[in-house]
Amino acid sequence: MEPSTSYGGQVTFQPYATQGYVLCCLCGTSILPNPSNMCVNCIRSQVDITEGIQKQVTILWCKECGRYLQPPKHWVSAELESKELLTFCIKKIKGLQKVKLVDAGFIWTEPHSKRLKVKLTIQAEVFNGAILQQTFVVDYVVENNMCPDCNRQNANPNSWVACVQLRQHVYHKRTFLFLEQLILKHDAAANCVKVKDIHEGIDFFYAQRGHALKFIDFLQSVVPIRFRADKQLVSHDTHNNTYNYKFTFSVEIVPLCKDDLVCLPAKMASSCGNLGPLVLVTRITNQITITDPITLRSYSMDAPVYYRHPVTALASQRALVPFIVLDIEPVQGAQGNNSRFQLAEAQVARLSDFGRNDTVFYARTHLGNILHPGDTALGYDMTASQLVGLDYEAYVNKGGRVPDVVLVRKSYEDKRRKRQAKGGTAVGRPWKLKTLDMEVEDNTSGPRGRKEAAVDADRERFLQELEEDPDMRARINIYKDAERLKQQQLVGPQQHRMQQERTTPVGTQGDDNDEEEEDEDLPQIPLEELLDDLEGLNLEDGQQAVGGRVEECNADMDMD
Amino acid sequence: MATRCQFENSNDVGVFAKLTNAYCICALGGAENFYSVFEAELSDHIPVIKSSVAGTRLVGRLTVGNRNGLLLPNTTSDQELTHIRNCLPDEVVVQRIDERLSALGNCIACNDYVALIHPDIDRETEEIVADVLGVEVFRQTVAGNVLVGSYCAFTNQGGLVHPKTSIEDLDELSSLLQIPLVAGTVNRGSDVIGAGLVANDWAAFCGLDTTSTELSVIESVFKLRDAQPMNIINDLRASLIDTMA
Repeated sequence: MEPSTSYGGQVTFQPYATQGYVLCCLCGTSILPNPSNMCVNCIRSQVDITEGIQKQVTILWCKECGRYLQPPKHWVSAELESKELLTFCIKKIKGLQKVKLVDAGFIWTEPHSKRLKVKLTIQAEVFNGAILQQTFVVDYVVENNMCPDCNRQNANPNSWVACVQLRQHVYHKRTFLFLEQLILKHDAAANCVKVKDIHEGIDFFYAQRGHALKFIDFLQSVVPIRFRADKQLVSHDTHNNTYNYKFTFSVEIVPLCKDDLVCLPAKMASSCGNLGPLVLVTRITNQITITDPITLRSYSMDAPVYYRHPVTALASQRALVPFIVLDIEPVQGAQGNNSRFQLAEAQVARLSDFGRNDTVFYARTHLGNILHPGDTALGYDMTASQLVGLDYEAYVNKGGRVPDVVLVRKSYEDKRRKRQAKGGTAVGRPWKLKTLDMEVEDNTSGPRGRKEAAVDADRERFLQELEEDPDMRARINIYKDAERLKQQQLVGPQQHRMQQERTTPVGTQGDDNDEEEEDEDLPQIPLEELLDDLEGLNLEDGQQAVGGRVEECNADMDMD
Repeated sequence: MATRCQFENSNDVGVFAKLTNAYCICALGGAENFYSVFEAELSDHIPVIKSSVAGTRLVGRLTVGNRNGLLLPNTTSDQELTHIRNCLPDEVVVQRIDERLSALGNCIACNDYVALIHPDIDRETEEIVADVLGVEVFRQTVAGNVLVGSYCAFTNQGGLVHPKTSIEDLDELSSLLQIPLVAGTVNRGSDVIGAGLVANDWAAFCGLDTTSTELSVIESVFKLRDAQPMNIINDLRASLIDTMA
């Protein structure tokens, strides 16, 4: 009966030990002996380990925001039958410290019954050493109680705690259009309570100061700004010595924009490395990049540096005059950063003068690799325009040389017009942008209000800039407009045929070949860069662009 | 016949009393209840005496004896020794022994023929036990416990051992002692049998907490009632399960 295994002479004794049965001392069923020597049922009938644990609990719930109160002050949001709600419910039960919780789960109750049931399994020690496991149900009664945040919101729906007043003191709002796209892409206005469109800027309202500060951090990384913070006392609790404030952050964006002409004061010019005092603003990110169109050198400064010697634009977009390029000759060996610019000597005439008189200007320009003879370019006409600025006048008085014309960028205006006239379909651009939900002040008629025409012009110019500048496009999200895209593809072949048949009107140059070339020259956004608008997904998403004329921008073409 | 009693609210009857076939020794208590229970049952047949041992009331655990003799620890005072010797019949040899393990009742369990002793008891003590009590002595453990006197109680008819005794051990002990043995509990699931009950060939006393199941087991194994053990248990279980369901 006792097996012994021998390992080379040595005997290892392994005595059998079968546990015998004893009778349960209460009911007499034969059981295996345990420390209490009672069968499980008898132990259960004798001992209730759930004694002392709360079986019914009341929890408070806010109907507006769906959050549960965790006293004394914290409101936790949780879905019905979720993990967070289970944790919250278990924390609420008193008396669970002495026993060990093994398992917990929800029992389904009707959602509107205002009752929650949780099934718990606990283990506890009884008598001397026997561990008993028991399952029981705890009932929760859910009572309605509005949380203080909802209370405050209901009482005063337009209240805010922090406000970011973003301003740029220029006559247009193109910066804000771009900023809006950036905000949408990075989801920076997620915590915003309200957004208001105001003269020369936008106001953002927040419910917490921290959110406003986070937004300002975001702004600092995308545009050059300076700001100041102020607070206003709203209420004061004398017993707690707590103060409620309204915080206002006054943020100002640098008033320079892309394509502005700036005259640097002498001190600044020398600190930038003797950049010619007349410079063009080529790029605004969180740094301002200025380029000297004659030497092609550029310099980047960020907001604090700018504000040490703030300069305003000498001339901006409004003052651009179209010139037609008569002849252009690149100057050998002068190439700007990344060969984006090329120094060239150009012979230009004002478009208004062209054909009427012989006024021709000679200019040095940085657009050598984009402009070809016959192109239209926009630039500042230094002789005819009246430019006001202390630094500019100081420079001129000291005898500084001022070029006749400063060319800024190539114009696609006539191509666009031709295209519109030719096509006639005006399907529009096959892409679209999302917008931020803004409250616009209804003051289009007031003296300070911007006229609708100005707003539309700004928007149109912004969309054109997006088409022309791939760097700008890279920073934001552009979405496919599925319907227009489809329309364009359908109309495309028809359009082409129509053009072939129609006789070319008198006055326009070239034949079909030329027209096609010009069409390709017009900057458009390649389809690869467009994102799918997931919200506007419709069932016919699977259609591919088959045949037709898919507009492709010549990717190699240098922009600006 | 098994009787339930208490010594001053303690259910450990075996601590405060020593019962053999020839005599019974009880502890000195404040109230006479305990003594009177024993007296009522036994005094017609055997002498029931009250005494202290070593100045304590733990007569059951300090002494060991059977029909032939009684052994006392070396801490017993002379007065107590004399008193006991006077009260008991002359056939009973009363001896005080020198043993390091002085709680003889915990270390030795015996009936009139066989005794089990603690494995570490001296050889001389073993010989005295064999001599005075007139028994065959075996060194054994009960359910792995060396305190054989605490964890088992047996008479000439049968015996009760610790509930965790394995079946092999039970068979082995049963064959040694030549009496039927059963593993069970006393005093509502307590496994210290020797402290919980005292028994002789026709009577047994256990604590007030002892349940009826335990009592029926005791009665059947010590043959205090003339009935088959299995029948009793079956009847009992049938009636109880109905209510427990």
